[in-house]
Amino acid sequence: MDKDDLFKYVLALGDDALILGQRLSEWAYKAPFLEEDIALSNISLDMFGRANLYLEYATSLNGCDTTADDLAFKRNEREFTNHLLCEQPNGNFADTMVRQFFLDVFNKLFLEKLIESNNSQLSAIAQKSIKETTYHFRHSSKWIIRLGFGTPESHTKVQSAINNLWLFTEELFEMNKNDIQIADQNIGVDCRELKPAWNNTVNNILAEATLNRPEDGHMITGGRQGIHTEHLGHMLSDMQYLQRAYPDAKW
Amino acid sequence: MVKDISTDTIWGILKMIPDPEIPAVSIVDLGIIRDVQCDDDMFNITITPTYIGCPAMSFIKEEIINNMESQGVINYQVKTSLAPPWTTDWMSDEVKAKLKDAGIAPPSKNVICPQCDSMEVEVISNFGSTACKALYKCLSCAEPFHHFKQF
Repeated sequence: MDKDDLFKYVLALGDDALILGQRLSEWAYKAPFLEEDIALSNISLDMFGRANLYLEYATSLNGCDTTADDLAFKRNEREFTNHLLCEQPNGNFADTMVRQFFLDVFNKLFLEKLIESNNSQLSAIAQKSIKETTYHFRHSSKWIIRLGFGTPESHTKVQSAINNLWLFTEELFEMNKNDIQIADQNIGVDCRELKPAWNNTVNNILAEATLNRPEDGHMITGGRQGIHTEHLGHMLSDMQYLQRAYPDAKW
Repeated sequence: MVKDISTDTIWGILKMIPDPEIPAVSIVDLGIIRDVQCDDDMFNITITPTYIGCPAMSFIKEEIINNMESQGVINYQVKTSLAPPWTTDWMSDEVKAKLKDAGIAPPSKNVICPQCDSMEVEVISNFGSTACKALYKCLSCAEPFHHFKQF
């Protein structure tokens, strides 16, 4: 196994967690009510913790003196390889919950498979993370049902969030050459195989919430190649500001 | 200076370190300390994170270092291990009783009010003030309380 290939693979997983964690942290002090503010911050912290584990493992693979912080704060937009769905703006509460729900369903399936990885570090991270993701999934799926069943306004908003974010879902199951190679060696996960189960869970929850599953239309991908939506750059300018203005600042 | 120190001494020091967020119990009670081994005069202390995003973890590591040094232990290192993942199943009944005394419902499938032992409770929020707790309310005595999540 080429260490550089594994580095890229682990880095992408770290980026997914980091970027989603940063998005969720933007809700702090702004959520609809206190308990939800705490919930979103808790989920955000879990994602940061996960990002730290992946990125630290990545730094052990690339043979340079980089730290996890360097990877988070000193890379440019095109060097991030997170899924586009993770970087989508928080929008209204329904937009955030739909983004979370789609990702929780995916992450749960992904981590269940990653536990079986013959790479002991990735397996250990997955064993640790699956418990947290299962808890997040319970939270986001309950909200989808509650918003779908709620008022006509909450129903309209959650349906429109589903319609708007749908085109980012296909990317979750896309595999590039490196991913395939790593999955073939039983280190990584073949995401293409996760799609039927993802569809099944999403369909069931949407049906229970009286919401419609959109037709598969044009799908946008490219995050794994570093081609992002216009939102990531703005987010990084905020997230990386301090380390850019005062390199290596510590407190 | 180090001649009288055994792994029991190290365990003794660790048992005195309270959890920063739930001071009623120690970091040993919570199962954060997985192992203490002595290899060639070096004490290897293995810790495991409760929740990977828990901000208390780095604080706990610092506390271990502070306590070791204040007790004159210098030949030690702290290592973190992830697998097997931390679980509340490692908590003894005695520790659960300590939590209850502190007003926190211990981890269990059926949540019971720590004040009046009623089983008539409802969830206020699945996410509490720390990663390990959920917020509940007792429908019998009307007290809100934390439940240490079964994890």
